[in-house]
Amino acid sequence: MNKRISFSRIRESRLFWVLTAWAVILGFNALFVPEFFRIGIQDGHLYGNLIDVLNNGAPLMLVAIGMTLVIATGGVDLSVGAVMAISAAMGAVLINPAPGDKLVSNEILTRNATNTPLVIIVIATLAAGTLCGLWNGLLVSRAKIQPLVATLILMVAGRGIAQLISNGQIITIYYTPYFWFGNGYILGLPVSIYIVTAVAILAWVGVRKTPIGLFIEAVGLNPKATHYSGISAKNIQLLAYTFSGFCSALAGLILSSYVHSADGNNNGLNYELDAILAVVMGGTMLSGGRFSLLASVLGAIVIWTFTLSMYALGVPANALLAGRAVLVLLVILLYSDRRLIKRRSKSTPTAVQSQDEKPGLPHP
Amino acid sequence: MSSSRSFAARLMALLVVIGLVGCGAQTATEAPANAPASGAGAKTYSDMVLCYPQLGAESDWRTANTASIKETAATLGIKQLVFSDAQQKQENQISAVRACIQQGVDVIALPPVVEDGWDAVLTEAKNAGIPVIIVDRSVSADKSLYSTHIGSNMTLEGERAAAEFNKMMPDGGVILELSGTTGSGAAVGRAKGLRNKLNSNITILDSQTGNFTRAEAVPVMQALLKKYTPGKDFQGLFIHNDDMGIGAIEVLKAAGVKPGDLKIVSVDGTRGGFQAMVDGWFQADVECNPLLGPQVFELALKLMNGQPVDAEVLTDETVYYPENAAELLPTRKY
Repeated sequence: MNKRISFSRIRESRLFWVLTAWAVILGFNALFVPEFFRIGIQDGHLYGNLIDVLNNGAPLMLVAIGMTLVIATGGVDLSVGAVMAISAAMGAVLINPAPGDKLVSNEILTRNATNTPLVIIVIATLAAGTLCGLWNGLLVSRAKIQPLVATLILMVAGRGIAQLISNGQIITIYYTPYFWFGNGYILGLPVSIYIVTAVAILAWVGVRKTPIGLFIEAVGLNPKATHYSGISAKNIQLLAYTFSGFCSALAGLILSSYVHSADGNNNGLNYELDAILAVVMGGTMLSGGRFSLLASVLGAIVIWTFTLSMYALGVPANALLAGRAVLVLLVILLYSDRRLIKRRSKSTPTAVQSQDEKPGLPHP
Repeated sequence: MSSSRSFAARLMALLVVIGLVGCGAQTATEAPANAPASGAGAKTYSDMVLCYPQLGAESDWRTANTASIKETAATLGIKQLVFSDAQQKQENQISAVRACIQQGVDVIALPPVVEDGWDAVLTEAKNAGIPVIIVDRSVSADKSLYSTHIGSNMTLEGERAAAEFNKMMPDGGVILELSGTTGSGAAVGRAKGLRNKLNSNITILDSQTGNFTRAEAVPVMQALLKKYTPGKDFQGLFIHNDDMGIGAIEVLKAAGVKPGDLKIVSVDGTRGGFQAMVDGWFQADVECNPLLGPQVFELALKLMNGQPVDAEVLTDETVYYPENAAELLPTRKY
């Protein structure tokens, strides 16, 4: 009996399935693409597929952190990809304004210089995204628009805003200090991964060392009861969406630095879906409630490990989406299995006292 | 309330799955191109009313194309340029063309957003006696309905790239290909051209798509580099556009490859591509030029004067090399 209990404990851990999925992918790689694990040193920094997973996955990890909190409040933020595009466009325009529909025939556009100090660029970029998040938060918490609809507005409009900022152009960035965020290294590891770690720690301290985390879960589980217990659900929602906007802005900054350009149409394309997927793989229910930041970050890592493994195998980008869909389906099915087990365990008194009885329907 | 929320949750889950399966939707940033033309000076530019219903502003290439038309119109001092932006919608473009017909313009230069569905409006133009120049993309309508088509030859671009590799690797070698959006005219043509003209002692080791975008080219290039060792397994790299090329360079840098270690040929001739040549990364850049203005107006003038024109006009394109890249970079317009 004890054994069974501890096993189901492990299975109920949010990290269990996401780690299993990761282990399966890595195991597959060990068999078929052993070079995936090779890590070398190149110009004083680590170099290899696993490092690429961290560096390429950094924007998604950031977005997933923000998305986790939003989903935990029972909402969703569909605008993250568009917010990334906005912040990327903001950064690029401040470095070098796009000339609109004039043909500029000089080297001003390609010089390694900026019109705005880097510090201001970073602040403006983050501020733009945070404002977008605040807007979403106000729509959801004050105007009481359903999160799906409220953030859909910015998801659609955001790419237009990004195009307006960048004058409808794809702005290529030539200012090298800006590339540090996406391509730099500290102590052999990509800068972006330090940024993710910092944000993750900040978020973790914010939600686990203060009551905010509990409030967020409470809002997600039962907003009415939360309201009656004197917690301002409105402000908690506002905070979650604003933080998500901030995370997306940071992700946009890293991504545009990484690819050296701001493209209103393609920066952060489909990130909202990948982020939701990462959060779901991390075991946070879309209906809100309990969440795990670490599990969501791992979810993002799983997605990128899968993506890069497929590239290493030579699977074309188009087929990859189908493969990813299968991955999603499997993980989701595993979770629904977990829910079934729980329901069964409820009816048998010998089973574990689950600390987390809420899975299916959060409402009374 | 409860049921509506769980419904929303289910809807979201559905959305995620649909999105993942369905978002294969490609976003190609690439388009064909052309080149600067010989300044055709003639008597009647000041009488010309030209209609240019631009299809939209989906890429850098398109923006440069628009700017070229407008600037050339101003430089040549034509009487009137009727310009509109169809925002990628065919119905907008058709109504723009109809408006031009009613206005009685001299020539219509049409960059069609799609191939099909132009027969009716082209017939109207023909009946009204207005010559039509199809610009850039082609149409499926009968050739008798329009006067000429001007655009890039993607296959030729691929062949030009092959010629560069043949020149640089006389003793043979192995190259990789980073191709454009699968199935797009530009990617198909360039891949075909390369294979047509590549010497038999040069082999294409692997070819993967980077979808014409930088963001997708980067991880693909990373994976390729981990599979094959630069210099040892392959000595050359053919990239279907400069955007992907710039992404690939970043990956090569991180892998410790130095400029010149690999023979890289790209397509487009954008500022970024020129910068890459100045920095020593690209050994050649095959031009794909959006600056169609001069050629379009030259054709329009000929049509106005009733002179014969070729049914198929190729845009003026060339290949650029690092030797004069630094010198030309300040003059690049896209």
